[in-house]
Amino acid sequence: MASFTPTIPAPRPATSRGRHDDLPPVLGGGDGGRPDPGSPDYGARLRRARLGLAVALTPITMLFVAFTSAYIVRQGLPTFDPHTNTVVHDWIPVQLPTLLFLINTCVLLLSSVTIEYARRQLARQVALEPVQSIPGVSLGTESKFPWLALTIVLGLCFLGGQWLAWRDLASRGFYVATGPSSSFVYLLTGGHAVHLLGGIIALLAAGAAVVLNRPLASRRIIVDVTAWYWHFMALLWIYILALLEFAR
Amino acid sequence: MVAQESHQHAAPQGFIRKWVFSLDHKVIGLQYYFLALTAVFVGMFLSLLMRIHLIWPTAILPLLGEIKPETYLSLVTMHGTIMVFFVLTTAPQGGFGNYFLPIQIGAPDMAFPVLNMLSFWTTFVAYVVMLAAFFVVGGAPLHGWTGYAPLSALQSSGPGEGLGADLWIISIAVFCVASLMGALNFITTTLDMRAKGMSMWRMPLTCWSWFITAILGLLAFGVLLSAGILLLMDRNIGTSFFLPLGTINGQMTGHKGGSPLLWQHLFWFFGHPEVYIAILPGMGVASQVLSTFSRKPIFGYKAMVYAMLSIGLLGFMVWGHHMFMSGMSPYSAFAFSIMTMAIGVPSAIKTFNWLGTLHKGRIRFQSPMLFAIGFVSLFVSGGLSGPFLAQPALDIPLHDTAFVPGHFHLIMGVAAIFGIFAATYYWFPKMFGRMMNEKLARIHFFLTLIGTYCVFMPMHYLGLAGQPRRYSQLTELQYLHPLIGLNTFMTYAAIVTVAAQLIFVSNLFWSMFKGPKASDNPWEATTLEWTTATPPPHDNFGGRTPVVHNGPYEYSVPGAPRDYVMQTDPATVAAH
Repeated sequence: MASFTPTIPAPRPATSRGRHDDLPPVLGGGDGGRPDPGSPDYGARLRRARLGLAVALTPITMLFVAFTSAYIVRQGLPTFDPHTNTVVHDWIPVQLPTLLFLINTCVLLLSSVTIEYARRQLARQVALEPVQSIPGVSLGTESKFPWLALTIVLGLCFLGGQWLAWRDLASRGFYVATGPSSSFVYLLTGGHAVHLLGGIIALLAAGAAVVLNRPLASRRIIVDVTAWYWHFMALLWIYILALLEFAR
Repeated sequence: MVAQESHQHAAPQGFIRKWVFSLDHKVIGLQYYFLALTAVFVGMFLSLLMRIHLIWPTAILPLLGEIKPETYLSLVTMHGTIMVFFVLTTAPQGGFGNYFLPIQIGAPDMAFPVLNMLSFWTTFVAYVVMLAAFFVVGGAPLHGWTGYAPLSALQSSGPGEGLGADLWIISIAVFCVASLMGALNFITTTLDMRAKGMSMWRMPLTCWSWFITAILGLLAFGVLLSAGILLLMDRNIGTSFFLPLGTINGQMTGHKGGSPLLWQHLFWFFGHPEVYIAILPGMGVASQVLSTFSRKPIFGYKAMVYAMLSIGLLGFMVWGHHMFMSGMSPYSAFAFSIMTMAIGVPSAIKTFNWLGTLHKGRIRFQSPMLFAIGFVSLFVSGGLSGPFLAQPALDIPLHDTAFVPGHFHLIMGVAAIFGIFAATYYWFPKMFGRMMNEKLARIHFFLTLIGTYCVFMPMHYLGLAGQPRRYSQLTELQYLHPLIGLNTFMTYAAIVTVAAQLIFVSNLFWSMFKGPKASDNPWEATTLEWTTATPPPHDNFGGRTPVVHNGPYEYSVPGAPRDYVMQTDPATVAAH
């Protein structure tokens, strides 16, 4: 690191990166153009929350990667049949309630659209907040459509639809422990449902922030991050459905 | 999503907000540290019981009574689990990482303080659930810290495999969630909260090690969580992920078609990176301390970072070397073997650089330095047996012998613990504002170094001589009789080593209240934690935001007024 050649003291501007100024910082930090960390600046908080979400999606991905690899391994695994003394494959493809799953998919994708509207609506409101406080300034008719509430309703509809799908599976004799394939159907759809429920709770928290009169910008951060999470959940659902349909 | 506003909060006043449900990363770090301190004594006590039982199998212990074979297996399980999860994962990362990562990068707190608090209290819940396994019907589980199926997947497979094993799995799952929250916080903090001028390449190696450890945890703990969920389903819902067709006590289990190997794959995909989660922070601390106490810049700073990154990357490609015995295609075994031995390269780079840092340094043999040198010593002695076990042809005879515990205790157990000790002695003045007693620290160091070598070095020999692992009694086996003398010696060494830790704890608590007052920078070190008050104020820098001008290890810079240049000192132009 340090070299042993004589150093020449020289005043440098405070924003200098010293001897490493040939190396750009990898991400964030280290530059002078941004507000200090920990400042009340909402832009910094939003960026930090989005970064946190991006990091948080990694273990969720890993969880489902692990489930997928278990699925594929288990699917190809032969098992010993004591009645015939032979090695057989015991993987019975589950008859999925495909139509119901497709309807649920549409509901979830629709909710992804509505949460995007909710996210943009709040972003606009935050941006216009300072202008609105100027007396005599009118912004025309800003949409008050309850996108957030609609998203929560659609999310609950999706979970209800999933519940119906599980009931449907059970009525046709596919329970959690019936066979390896049905275990995985419940595991993957159930795992997804639990994560989506987390998103609904976050949206309810954003709704509670209205009641508790928290700053608009705080609500915006919750909704923004949850919206990205929600889109991820929609993608994850499409992946799970494709896995269950096409890799039966 | 949570806790955006806590940076602006004033220092909390009430006891509960200040010391129990604190949002301050320093208090949370101390909470993690003391949780690990209680855990290490529980784990050490269990290992002492095992060592005593091995040489006096018929001894009736006061209060505990006779140790039955199943009790011995539950001691093995709980010792391993508590040490790996609640000491080696918790203390270096949760404890010191939480306390010093924000200070060393010049941040007022972690990125998400509420998440940080939740992470600690979730860990605490996991710890309580884990300890509860001792006190349920049937006692603690028998399946070892690796929880191999089918033993771990059937309620009826042994005395501890009922409720005790369920509690064990639940505790591990809760711990995964806690670690994921922690890792998320560490990564976001490192990327987003660095002070002005603190580029990634100016971070102390400790910060790099916590950052890389957090990435490993982020990728690994999700997989362990998934494995735990599947195991709980097999045990309680009747699925067959890990359970093949089989009988137990003459009864059909009702499961069929699952694969115990699937558990091993999922577990070791987590388990091997976990080894590096335990040791990487120790490497960071050793680098920091060796540089400071040699009064020299760390030799090959960037090589150190790249070595840690490649150890982390390779760590995800070698899990199969734990499974040579489980049956695997020779081609896969070959690939895993080559990958494993490749880890020797970055490890050797690190060792070379540590020795290069010491070379021609003006070494100050103070207690943190002793432990850092001890770390290097143990890292080499423990690491050298790694390439043996990486080869299937050698691993197969050695796998279920005492050779393996000898290997991983030296490198993952004792070396990582020496990292924790070095960190404790190094940062104690900053954390508590007082100095630890140097004489007691030296006694502690030499007793621990010699003691642990006396316990774990002979294990390699015992393994080569054929002494199996996890056997509760060795005295009944004729061919092991010549080894009993050595086993007795190891037990005495273990007793001495445990006693030496009482010196450490006395020193810790005595110095906390009675030690001489420490200055702000007692070791004449350069990183940011030494620029602030001792102990640091609530927002770490007392309202200031540090601006960084220099690299982390600018010691003995020619032309500088002192033999060290703080990171915040005005910039000097040094030639490349």
